[in-house]
Amino acid sequence: MTQASLGESVVQKTVHAQQNNGVSAAVTHTQPLWLLAEVTYRCPLHCAFCYNPTDYDKHTQNELTTEQWIEALRDARKLGAIQLGISGGEPLLRDDIEDIVIEAKKLGYYSNLITSGVGLTEKRIQAFKDGGLDHIQLSMHDITEEINNFITNTKTFELKKKVAAMIKNHGYPMVLNVVIHRYNIGHMKEILEMAQALGADYIELANTQYYGWSLVNRNQLMPTKEQVDEAEAITNEFRANPNNKMKIFFVVPDYFSDRPKKCMNGWGEVFMIVTANGDVLPCHSARSLPNMQFPNVRDSGLAYAWKDSPAFNKYRGDSWMKEPCRSCSEKENDLGGCRCQAFLLSGDAEIADPVCTKSPYRHLIDQAIEDSKNPVLVAQPIVFRNDKNSKRIIAGELNDRVEGFHSLP
Amino acid sequence: MDMNIQHSDIYALALHHRFQWEEAQQNYVILFPEGMVKLHGGAGEILKRLDGKVTVSDVITDLQATFPDAVNIETDIIGMFELAVSKGWLRKL
Repeated sequence: MTQASLGESVVQKTVHAQQNNGVSAAVTHTQPLWLLAEVTYRCPLHCAFCYNPTDYDKHTQNELTTEQWIEALRDARKLGAIQLGISGGEPLLRDDIEDIVIEAKKLGYYSNLITSGVGLTEKRIQAFKDGGLDHIQLSMHDITEEINNFITNTKTFELKKKVAAMIKNHGYPMVLNVVIHRYNIGHMKEILEMAQALGADYIELANTQYYGWSLVNRNQLMPTKEQVDEAEAITNEFRANPNNKMKIFFVVPDYFSDRPKKCMNGWGEVFMIVTANGDVLPCHSARSLPNMQFPNVRDSGLAYAWKDSPAFNKYRGDSWMKEPCRSCSEKENDLGGCRCQAFLLSGDAEIADPVCTKSPYRHLIDQAIEDSKNPVLVAQPIVFRNDKNSKRIIAGELNDRVEGFHSLP
Repeated sequence: MDMNIQHSDIYALALHHRFQWEEAQQNYVILFPEGMVKLHGGAGEILKRLDGKVTVSDVITDLQATFPDAVNIETDIIGMFELAVSKGWLRKL
């Protein structure tokens, strides 16, 4: 799973596109417009920044069946879901993506396969095209083979270039996702040029957000403030050039902001995620929150999950807020930020996101930024996302890397 | 980008974009990678007439006939074309 659809990226883009001029600026607050199907947690890549849960290994043996996915697609469509992301893990490790794509088309979804490219063959992409898949989002990691192979812990550099060409040849829009971290942030200009050379229509520059594996590897991945500023300046310069037609989405690095992101555009507002094992979540890392019972499609329909389940209603609106959020004049801008980040870092799920400079826990973010410059901490090995490490984390063998957090990332 | 909308121009939905009625929202929408735009009724009426053959002028005439009570509809229609072209939702044929 890349960091493609985290936080503000998808829906806020939609909102930004709605500058009014005869076009509605209103966004519904009652429909799960975006359905993310995390169809498997199995993955051939082992990316250090993956935000899948570190204990994903528990959920690789009990994946939903094709029929259960199709039922979930139908159910969500009735609730108004229209953008479908098929993600993982690596979704292509399932052999029924073709069936899911055909059903999505039949139901009127605008469907997107979010992939590392591993497992995409001529035969499969042709089947996706015939079945009505609307676009493919490919993760890329760097301009250099060295960094690509290092950060993904696999030899996939050449393959990704081949897959990019395949996507283009089949008439798909080319949507690239690049997760940005310490190892590639210095190559921003070259990454943009590479994307352009590949014929990308869109590129998402997703600054790493720290959940799951990326939280465990935070000291190893976090760039400096200076690097972030430079990367943003390069991006803005590229955007300002009218000859550059490629659209750029820049996912802000929230640790270096004064205010938190409006996570998922609000809890239970527009996003619904169904995970490999059928859990229904309002955000990717919601299972890291305490005392929450998330619905599962094996037990109840999505209408219950979205409208009635206590979990989806828990952080809707603002009545759950504590000070300083409750009386904050800016609360509508960010809705207090991310509940998971608040809990993982502070131990209080209802406190302001620690990113906010008004938060009593902002020092935790500043400390994390300092830690990422501490040579002793930085020298700790990266914990790559793989089954073995997931098993070790479940068994408590890597406690030194997770004990600073209030639940398992 | 040439933003000057001519009456003789023919526009179509941009590549990789989809225009459809959303029953659950009671709205027309344009869908594209990573996003969606909800259209007001008026904007939807314009988009649904773009079949790759009609000119801007045809759309104006048609909508004036369909909505005879609408005031200054031509300016609104041209404004919508300008917006849609600038956003990349439409392409000129």
